[in-house]
Amino acid sequence: MAYALQQLINGVSLGMIYGLIALGYTMVYGIIGMINFAHGDVFMVGAFISLITMLLLGLGGGAAGPGALLLVLLAAMAATALYGYTVERVAYRPLRGSFRLAPLISAIGMSILLQNYVQVAQGARSKPIEAPVPGGITLMESAGFTVQLSYVQILIVVLTLAVLAGFTVLVTRTPLGRAMRACEQDRKMAALLGIDTDRVISLTFIIGAALAAVAGCLYLLRYGVIDFYIGFLAGVKAFTAAVLGGIGSLPGAVLGGLLIGLIETFWSAYFSAQYKDVAAFGILILTLIFMPTGLLGRTEVEKV
Amino acid sequence: MTAAAEPVRALRDAALAALIAFGLFAPLVGLRTDVGSDGALMLRGRWDDVAWLCGIAFAGRFAMLMLAGRLHAPAAPPWLARPWQQAQPYLPRGFLALAVLLPALPFIERYELDLGILVLTYVMLGWGLNIVVGLAGLLDLGYVAFYAVGAYAYALLATEFGLSFWICLPLAGILAAFWGVLLGFPVLRLRGDYLAIVTLAFGEIIRVVLLNWVSLTGGPNGISGIPRPGLFGLSFAADADNSFAEFFGLEYDPIHRVIFLYYLILALALLTNWVTLRLRRQPLGRAWEALREDEIACRALGINVTITKLTAFAIGAGFAGFAGAFFATRQAFISPESFTFIESAIILAIVVLGGMGSQLGVAIAALLLIGGTELFRGLAEWRMLIFGAAMVVIMLVRPRGLVGTRTPSTLLHGAPR
Repeated sequence: MAYALQQLINGVSLGMIYGLIALGYTMVYGIIGMINFAHGDVFMVGAFISLITMLLLGLGGGAAGPGALLLVLLAAMAATALYGYTVERVAYRPLRGSFRLAPLISAIGMSILLQNYVQVAQGARSKPIEAPVPGGITLMESAGFTVQLSYVQILIVVLTLAVLAGFTVLVTRTPLGRAMRACEQDRKMAALLGIDTDRVISLTFIIGAALAAVAGCLYLLRYGVIDFYIGFLAGVKAFTAAVLGGIGSLPGAVLGGLLIGLIETFWSAYFSAQYKDVAAFGILILTLIFMPTGLLGRTEVEKV
Repeated sequence: MTAAAEPVRALRDAALAALIAFGLFAPLVGLRTDVGSDGALMLRGRWDDVAWLCGIAFAGRFAMLMLAGRLHAPAAPPWLARPWQQAQPYLPRGFLALAVLLPALPFIERYELDLGILVLTYVMLGWGLNIVVGLAGLLDLGYVAFYAVGAYAYALLATEFGLSFWICLPLAGILAAFWGVLLGFPVLRLRGDYLAIVTLAFGEIIRVVLLNWVSLTGGPNGISGIPRPGLFGLSFAADADNSFAEFFGLEYDPIHRVIFLYYLILALALLTNWVTLRLRRQPLGRAWEALREDEIACRALGINVTITKLTAFAIGAGFAGFAGAFFATRQAFISPESFTFIESAIILAIVVLGGMGSQLGVAIAALLLIGGTELFRGLAEWRMLIFGAAMVVIMLVRPRGLVGTRTPSTLLHGAPR
């Protein structure tokens, strides 16, 4: 029981991180119908920028104040958003209206490029830091097993919920959000009605990258070690989350992220940690085969 | 847009580009994280590099805007266009002759032959994937899984049961084709991007299983001591009873084996090409191409989409299995390291860069990408950086690939005009 509760806590905090990344996938897919293959690597860039800002503020070795952490988060969001914007501007926008596979290939190239760019610029070795948010609350103790709710996990859940609330307001209440939803429904019609679709798409990438940066920062705080390769696996799993929740659906992405995080955590806790990636990928395949629209997705009518 | 007339605007744009470049590179290039003497991470500034990058961004953007509209004739000049068009039908033959005669050329040494074998392996993989992606239009990002199945099939059959290469080669192909069908079945209903992600997941599952099923595959240590193939019972080893050199009365030379392997992969690649070209004229091949163009129309015309897709997966996977068996026997050692996602991406890049569906284009693309990255070998970690950048740039410049014009499968009256 205690063990399961601990896994539940771990799974939810991991799932929140996946959910934040999945939002970027699902937004981009909703608007331009492409899998932004480089999004996982944008998350990795976000984690690296968080790390560098932390070191810049002298936070590498131990506990940090909330103000400093907020500064780190904002800096990472800003710089990563710039990466998201540039990736779209350089690699995807010129290919809009090109044949179907061109943007996907370009995205794969971008993913390889970002990974190796960070490897060249920052070195291939993994970067460990001392936890800036140490400690936690002991929830219960039974049969020699303590259930720990660490402060980082509380931070992850609270921060993710706050970001999601802000994001929801942005999408549902602001003119930009309305334009985004309009583009998602029918890009051509939105353009005819005077929406600058290129600008909306750019902003979508910027917001997606900023959310990925939050995920990257939280990942760094939670695990304390990053390397240039973390983006690939996290990206595929977040994409799985987006598909599971129903691609194009924003609440679905978060729900999918939570489910993937929980499944992965419980799988490694009760079956085998080595095959936890197989579990996530297996879910992806099963979802696509039996429920291609996902949990909260819309059925798409195929037109000739 | 005649940007050339507005240098002020171009300057402003270029300054903006430089500013963005500063924002991009300042954190990641300007501040390098290193493990300091006390074990903790520390930062090291590299602001001169950032300045260079910003300068490049400024100059590049400015040049791009100023030259826009002036530099749009990179196509062949008129005096070259006609000879080029006339020479095109002979290009494949020229390449073939070059490939066959390569070991006999005077300046070809061991290193060049090894490189030739590597390039030909990728040519073969490219042609195999071309069946799935180029002809049938099914985007497969997990092609390397079948390559791995072929390699492990040969390695295990040869080391555990002592079967010879020539028996294992077809078995590896059949096994890989079987896995192709196994993957094909569930993904029949998926299309486009979804298919890409599922095949990617499949490729990763195979790799994770190879990595963790230690009792069968040796896990991360891989399988070593994979036997080398012989030619009709003649061995290429130095101390064999029945050696190739002895039979033909030659002095023993390790290069014989390399030449043999070179011709082996050349023959396998040509087999792939031959089968593909033949199949394209068959109803099956035409069904593939029809499927690529429009699946709904295919169904409406009574084409069995299930069979068509599955055969594409199976045949493509079968050739990857052959290539995998060859890879295992050439390396004599395999491990899951060789079958990562990046390999799939490279093979796909070859197919797309070649111009999907063009056999010649795939061969040229393999030569450029594999031979090209080999040139950058000295740059070690920069190699993949350049590779990724090249993939993006090529897509931007030529989204249809190098050989964008596809030879028609059928011509009215059976002859070109």
